[in-house]
Amino acid sequence: MKSWFGILILFSVVVSGPAFAIDVYEFPDEQTRERYQDLTWELRCPKCQNQNIADSNAPIAQDLRREVHRLLMDGRSDKEIVDFMVERYGDFVFYRPRMSGHTVVLWIAPLVLVLIGVSVVMILGRRNRNAGRDGDALSAGDRERLKQLLEEADHLSDKKNDKS
Amino acid sequence: MRRLILFVPLLVIMAMFFLFQQMIDHDPTEMELARKDKPVPAFALPGLRNPERFFTQEDLKGKPMLVNVWATWCPSCRVEHPYLLKLAKEKGVQLVGLNYKDDRTAALEWLDKLGDPYVFTVFDEEGRLGLDLGVYGAPETYVVDAEGIIRYRHVGVVNEKVWNEVLAPLMEDSGTRESEVKDTRVNESTGSEQGASS
Repeated sequence: MKSWFGILILFSVVVSGPAFAIDVYEFPDEQTRERYQDLTWELRCPKCQNQNIADSNAPIAQDLRREVHRLLMDGRSDKEIVDFMVERYGDFVFYRPRMSGHTVVLWIAPLVLVLIGVSVVMILGRRNRNAGRDGDALSAGDRERLKQLLEEADHLSDKKNDKS
Repeated sequence: MRRLILFVPLLVIMAMFFLFQQMIDHDPTEMELARKDKPVPAFALPGLRNPERFFTQEDLKGKPMLVNVWATWCPSCRVEHPYLLKLAKEKGVQLVGLNYKDDRTAALEWLDKLGDPYVFTVFDEEGRLGLDLGVYGAPETYVVDAEGIIRYRHVGVVNEKVWNEVLAPLMEDSGTRESEVKDTRVNESTGSEQGASS
């Protein structure tokens, strides 16, 4: 009984393939193989959107890998291959979207937000410093009024003490 | 004047409210259609029923139509299938099938069993046309106008709501364009007739 169980486990380990994407592609040289890896690393799977096509085992990712390989064998440049994908799947397909009319916000927004943050901090900092320097400064009129109020308060508390 | 600054948080919250409200009906996994308002890419693929007959992009011209990407491995395709039949039979919509990365026998069986809403079905075994169109999952339904220009893509099941609210108005738009085309064709033919008679 036990041995059967052991064989079953062994069998399942042997039979079940690795869970990540493996295709067998041949490349004429090491450089092309590296380009293939870089490209599949930077192209995004349209179906499972938080994976690149190198990581994903979705059928569409397999197709795109096959296509990248085919285009590389055709002798296309990296830019041509990325353009090929963008023509079909839009800017979304590339993890480093190109600068264009409607991706410009992706590139500019972080910079703008940092600038806004820095300027807010600077304005607040300056205001605090100014407040510390002459924050206590009261006009003569204010001083007079403060004195009056304090006297009144004294007066009232004296009265209270008298009563008790 | 200083007090106005107190309204800034309110304005920010209102802006976020409207932004999020707009995002509610928006599916973030839906991809933009890269080929919008561009012609159907060139292809030459066999028919599903008749492997000898090859179809090309020219077969997707002449009439506004829906190109429906489907496969027997796709459960949502089965869900939308009865409605596609209804569109074809009751509303007379021109439907073309693109059988995507499928098995020919299984696909034919499917059409025989469930009914065939398509004028013709193109058999794209390797997903070549699918890739050129930017298909990333089935079902997808493309609105192609009379000149073979891709106007819109719907990702997911086509049902009555989608048809009434999205696809039907687009088909109508393509239809008016088509009638204009027809008008010019009529003029051309009458012109040539006149030329012949004179």
